[in-house]
Amino acid sequence: MNLTVPSETGPQPPPGPAASTASNDSPPRPPFAQDWGRIARMGAVGAVGQIFISLSNMPVKLDGRAIIEGILSLGYLSLVVLPFAVGSRVGYQVRREGVPFHRPGTYEVVGGAACGAVVGGGLSLLAILIANFDLREPLVNWSPILADLLAFNRGTAFAVVIWLAVGAVIGALGGLLRVVPPLAKRILWTVVLTLFGAAVLESLTTDLAEGMGLEGPVEWFYAPRGGLTVTGAIALAIGSAVLAVVGRGRVKGAKAHIDSLEGPARTRAHLGLILATGAVLVILPMFAGKLTNELLANVGLFVLLALGLNVVVGLAGILDLGYVAFFAVGSYSAAVLTAAASPRINPELPWFVALIGVVILTGLVGLFIGAPVIRMRGDYLAIVTLGFGEIIRLLFLSDWLSGWFGGSQGITNIPGAEIFGLAEVSGTDPRSVFYLVLAFCAIAIYVSWRLERSRIGRAWMAVREDETVAEAMGINTVNVKLLAFVVGAVLGSFSGAIFSAKVGSVFPASFLILVSIVILVVVIFGGMGSIVGVIAGSAVLIGVLGGPKQPGLLAEFSEFKLLIYGALLVWMMLARPEGLIPSVRRTRELHQEEMAQDAWLRGQTDEDETADDNNGAAAGRTAVGES
Amino acid sequence: MSSGDPAEQPILETSGLSVDFGGLTALDGLDLAVYPGEIVSVIGPNGAGKTTLFNAITATVSASEGDIRFEGESLIGLDPNRVTARGIARTFQNVRLFANMTVLENVMVSQHCRTRQSVVGALLWTKAFRREEEEIAERGKQVLSFFGSRLTGYRYDQPAFTLSYANRRRLEIARAMATQPKLILLDEPVAGMNPTESAELTGLIGRLRDEWGFAIVVIEHDMEVVREVSDRVIVLDHGVKIAEGDYDDVSVDPLVIQAYLGHGAAAAT
Ligand SMILES: Nc1ncnc2c1ncn2[C@@H]1O[C@H](COP(=O)(O)OP(=O)(O)OP(=O)(O)O)[C@@H](O)[C@H]1O
Ligand SMILES: [Mg+2]
Repeated sequence: MNLTVPSETGPQPPPGPAASTASNDSPPRPPFAQDWGRIARMGAVGAVGQIFISLSNMPVKLDGRAIIEGILSLGYLSLVVLPFAVGSRVGYQVRREGVPFHRPGTYEVVGGAACGAVVGGGLSLLAILIANFDLREPLVNWSPILADLLAFNRGTAFAVVIWLAVGAVIGALGGLLRVVPPLAKRILWTVVLTLFGAAVLESLTTDLAEGMGLEGPVEWFYAPRGGLTVTGAIALAIGSAVLAVVGRGRVKGAKAHIDSLEGPARTRAHLGLILATGAVLVILPMFAGKLTNELLANVGLFVLLALGLNVVVGLAGILDLGYVAFFAVGSYSAAVLTAAASPRINPELPWFVALIGVVILTGLVGLFIGAPVIRMRGDYLAIVTLGFGEIIRLLFLSDWLSGWFGGSQGITNIPGAEIFGLAEVSGTDPRSVFYLVLAFCAIAIYVSWRLERSRIGRAWMAVREDETVAEAMGINTVNVKLLAFVVGAVLGSFSGAIFSAKVGSVFPASFLILVSIVILVVVIFGGMGSIVGVIAGSAVLIGVLGGPKQPGLLAEFSEFKLLIYGALLVWMMLARPEGLIPSVRRTRELHQEEMAQDAWLRGQTDEDETADDNNGAAAGRTAVGES
Repeated sequence: MSSGDPAEQPILETSGLSVDFGGLTALDGLDLAVYPGEIVSVIGPNGAGKTTLFNAITATVSASEGDIRFEGESLIGLDPNRVTARGIARTFQNVRLFANMTVLENVMVSQHCRTRQSVVGALLWTKAFRREEEEIAERGKQVLSFFGSRLTGYRYDQPAFTLSYANRRRLEIARAMATQPKLILLDEPVAGMNPTESAELTGLIGRLRDEWGFAIVVIEHDMEVVREVSDRVIVLDHGVKIAEGDYDDVSVDPLVIQAYLGHGAAAAT
């Protein structure tokens, strides 16, 4: 959305042929009058990044994972991401009042190609260096394997030429993205994302399809050694391109339609959506095999954790960096209460009975940790929670309490969760674990949804906005924040209790600080304060990339998981700080000024409103003016 | 009623109230009383300690000496939210709304200390909970309607930051009203408003007392407004009360004129 706000004082474009065009846009820039300095700079940055990626061993490791059989592997994809990004970025113009905006044309393509070639040149350079010097001592991945990969097994000279060429072509494609009309861009992205998605979801779709007895189509789409078949890829590309054209605006239209509904009709629409999603989630696992169910269960456990943290961070605005503490307390208390092998006390309660104890214990720990922490603000609070998260883990690890929790040996032989004699939920049957997790996710969603729309939720909002004022308006900020802390703790403990029944053992090493960080990243990435966002965030990060210890769909990524988490988070904060599927409120907080400006442009704010809805006052103003 | 009915007990009373900010004495042994149904103006040059007086009453800053009594009971040592629960509400000199909450949510959230439903009620979606939610919304709309159509209708659901400056000030007053106070403290309610708007708000301050029965203390620099609304005027300078009485008496008091002229601020006329 490009707003051109009329301004009288803004800088005027310098007089010249460009400024005299009647339209807003100036003619395209001549293709070879490039800003070579900018190209060199961005290209160099891209080259350094690409060399870094290569030396992180990502291309070699990911080469085993095919996207399209024999044509493209994830490894080679990781080598062309940056030329594309840089090539697309280099010709980017900000539409700004008073600065001429040139219609995109060959200039962008040439610039992109040049910039991409610089990045490709970086790889060529790397190939030359690897061939001539041995730097394996400090750089463990400085290997002939990488050189061969870069050279397509055809020698250094070939590598040099091919990467310059590939860089230029990919960069030009990136530049082309600025030129093509929106529909073409849309088709392109849909096709690319569909192909990528189909390749990423391979194990999931294969598994499901086999469960439904559809081996035929699967064999047609997917190659035996992984990746899409060429014919399958072409079919998918055509199919998704058609869908992109036909379905243009449909999704948005449907959403706008639902949003425009009022009262009961709207509730019905939402209810329908929720029931449909629920039904899919209940039916899907029936056709899925063990691995898929395992994956779903892991994602579910993190959804549950993220929903809990979302109450604390997203709703009440308390930055808790030690959330893993509650996961740990939930796991350990469930373990102690259910396992026969737990050291000091072993009541061997049935899981559901133990759960009551788990909730009470975690609630108490939440209060205990929260009480001193909650009086602090901002950064101090974050640091102290970080500390408490570690303290809890170290307590479970300590010799002092090893009589209770087994120290580094942890607690093993934890029985599965018995569901009222109906079923036994344990790690050997991931499907049942998923259903249990699903049920608790439903509870957590209900809890956050209801609380957000109550006086407590409003008080959380007020505290998040301005704590001093909230207190002056009669809100007991300490109690309200403590409540958020405890609710979050209890939701996290559900996840812990299921985790211990699923895994069958708990060790302090499962509750590293990294878990807190990952959950927080999930919440931020998905969209703070947004239930749907948090679920989507878990699905993408945990499902695709994998959790701290759990493999995701792209198991090849496991080594680079944190690197990619970091990169995604940085990109998200720059491009879309409100998250993947943001809450309305969070968007408002981050884009207050733009939204106020939009409203002003639409004439919706109420400056000068005395004139239109209060004639008497308007008359009064005239009188004042005259006197 | 220039100083209230002496037989009546003051609703708010400070005695020897002092506030220190590390060496700077913002309030120095202040005695004042506000009677039920009264509108008292507090005036004084910039930095006289007017806002500090409000902050001390609402426990936002703590008094270093002296006592503050509300309906005969001391407020010293209470948390700000307890003070509000006792029945004192305020607005802020530099409007401090919950900017990202909607207009209606702003007046709903400030009823927090008057409502009781807990997590259990919200989760079980009990009848009592739903009734209370309805009442909260109802009362919110009622206080908003005090300002005519400006904060009603489609504006209920607009975030507060989209409001015009004058409407933000109005919403702040509405938010204070929604806490169901007995005493309202208004810190420069017409600052930044045009003459029409401020004339209108002056009328509303009178109606706040007459129709809603609040006692009101108002800090104001606009002498026109002060003359219109006040039953009594208290003049502060350097944290000390230098004059008190009718507007007409106070405005000719040599000490007051001296205080204003001596500070080079806009003189009282
Ligand atoms: N939190 C604080 N810390 C330190 N000094 C403060 C603080 N709040 C106020 N002061 C000082 O106390 C004095 C009185 O301030 P106060 O805000 O009460 O003045 P005021 O009468 O409201 O002035 P104005 O008309 O400008 O609003 C000023 O000198 C101010 O700098
Ligand atoms: Mg002030």
